[in-house]
Amino acid sequence: MTMKQGFGLGCALLGAFGFTTAADAAEQITFVSQGGAYQEAQTVAILDPSAKKLGITINQDSIPDAWPAIKTQVGSGKPIWDVVDTPTGNCLRGGEQGLIEKLDFSKIPNGAAMPESYRSPYSVSYEFYSSVLSYSQKTFPKDAPNSWADFWDVKKFLGRRALRNHPFATLEAALMADGVAPDKLYPLDVDRAFKKLEEIKPHITVWWTSGAQSAQLLNDGEVDMEMAWNGRVSAVAKEGAKVAFTYNQGILQSTSLCILKGAPNLDTAVKFLNEAVDPMHQANLPLNIDYGPGNPKAFETNVIKPERAAQLPSEPANASKQALMSYAWWSSPAGEAAEKRWASFMQK
Amino acid sequence: MLALVSPALLVILLLIVLPVGWLAWQSIYHDGFTLENYRRIFTEDIYWRSFALTFEISLAVTVIALLLGYPVAYLANSVPKCWSILILSLVVLPFWTSVLVRAYAWLALLQRTGVINQLLRYLDVISEPLALVHNTFGTVVATVHILLPFMVLPLYATMQKIPGDLMQAGASLGASPSLTFCRVFLPLSLPGVLAGCTMVFVLCLGFYITPELLGGGRTVMVSMLVSRNVELYNQFGAASAVGVVLLLSVLAIFFIVSRFISLDRVLGQK
Repeated sequence: MTMKQGFGLGCALLGAFGFTTAADAAEQITFVSQGGAYQEAQTVAILDPSAKKLGITINQDSIPDAWPAIKTQVGSGKPIWDVVDTPTGNCLRGGEQGLIEKLDFSKIPNGAAMPESYRSPYSVSYEFYSSVLSYSQKTFPKDAPNSWADFWDVKKFLGRRALRNHPFATLEAALMADGVAPDKLYPLDVDRAFKKLEEIKPHITVWWTSGAQSAQLLNDGEVDMEMAWNGRVSAVAKEGAKVAFTYNQGILQSTSLCILKGAPNLDTAVKFLNEAVDPMHQANLPLNIDYGPGNPKAFETNVIKPERAAQLPSEPANASKQALMSYAWWSSPAGEAAEKRWASFMQK
Repeated sequence: MLALVSPALLVILLLIVLPVGWLAWQSIYHDGFTLENYRRIFTEDIYWRSFALTFEISLAVTVIALLLGYPVAYLANSVPKCWSILILSLVVLPFWTSVLVRAYAWLALLQRTGVINQLLRYLDVISEPLALVHNTFGTVVATVHILLPFMVLPLYATMQKIPGDLMQAGASLGASPSLTFCRVFLPLSLPGVLAGCTMVFVLCLGFYITPELLGGGRTVMVSMLVSRNVELYNQFGAASAVGVVLLLSVLAIFFIVSRFISLDRVLGQK
């Protein structure tokens, strides 16, 4: 077979495939999240209903850390993904580096209706989780630690402690332990935070690196109190371990949806983005997993029962007790410098 | 002969030489030629601390593995064949379990509520649980366990080649068993000692999962700096520069060892 014939056959095959997909659905996008139970919950609550309502096909992909892939895909000039669900900081950083599309909120009414702190020029909040103070109920049957000041008080609250081996949320917790109000944290006083962390450092048994590890520490009774993600603690509690957590002074964190620069299906991606943060779809998410909806209007739909809402990090009453993480600050030069300083703090 | 080895060579070229070369190139080229990644390694003291800690841990692991491994290899060498097969299979058995599973097994043994602390408390040996894990100690224990076969096998192979007649000759000349061991057996087994130590030391330099899971966040080995740098600087160059420095230190070790003994002896038996 000559080169030319081969090329012709290839085209014919491609054409055939093209026609079948075109017949199935006129429009499609590739959506990327972090996989596992979390992506399955979204598929049921948000992705399948959105695809049905918009009459589009949503191809799914998953990756634990999307950032390197965003960089390489956009860098190559031919991205294959359209919409990514990733920690909000990636959307902001990507926006500043020209890797993420700037959003036209006139085409995204659901996003435009969200509070300003829940969106950025490049992204809209998709779901919320929280870094909370959790503890063993065996060690603390009553008078459990209830604030970061308690966590830092090693005389009053005896027991082994763990924190995350990462500056995100940990610096915020240190400042709250030092008396800074949750709504007055940013811009973070980095020197003050590290000074406060030096104080607790000798009393930290483990600096955990993965969510699974934090769950294991709590479950096995290896530590008596630790900072952990709310979903991990409630999962351990559901398994029967006597553990609990407080939303008081939790650090509310989010992942957001954003669109890759030069995405192959830009128009459909924008349509999907609007649909994905629709209050009804968003309200269905916490029925399937322990994460809070990114759109606070979801709490007004009556889909989430009051007792369920009370367990969720972004429920308005819970949210008011917490600090909302500023991803804008963390992706600023000061934030990046603080992130680099963490390693020398750990190894001193 | 060349035709027979060419598939293997091709695999090495495609999957090792090219990617490593590309990574090394990234460490000096990012929007132009730059030595920034190396400047950082030689000026920021966290790198120095990590390299020092990594070499300390590797040295400790090598010494402990040698002290534990030599008697095992000696025993396997001196008992009848069926027993030595049993001993060697016990040495190799842990190979069939993943490194991750073994790290978690050590966690179950060493942690505060783990088997060892529970037992010691039950026997009233201790009143407070010992800090056996989430520190350098736990990392060293688990790493020794994983790397022990790499010590025992080269030792055993070398000991197998020491003719038994030599011991008898020593005995017939009136030397005590301990003297024959020190003067005859031990010197002849040294190539195996060196081979085992080099293998264990070099493998330990690159350990990642074990210190990550059992080091409690404080034991930051060089491999962990590599992954941290990918996250922190968002470019492969910052991470691969660390890898290049580690690779060069390993080559330097091989070079120094080769001054004392032929490399063939370290990498394979002669």
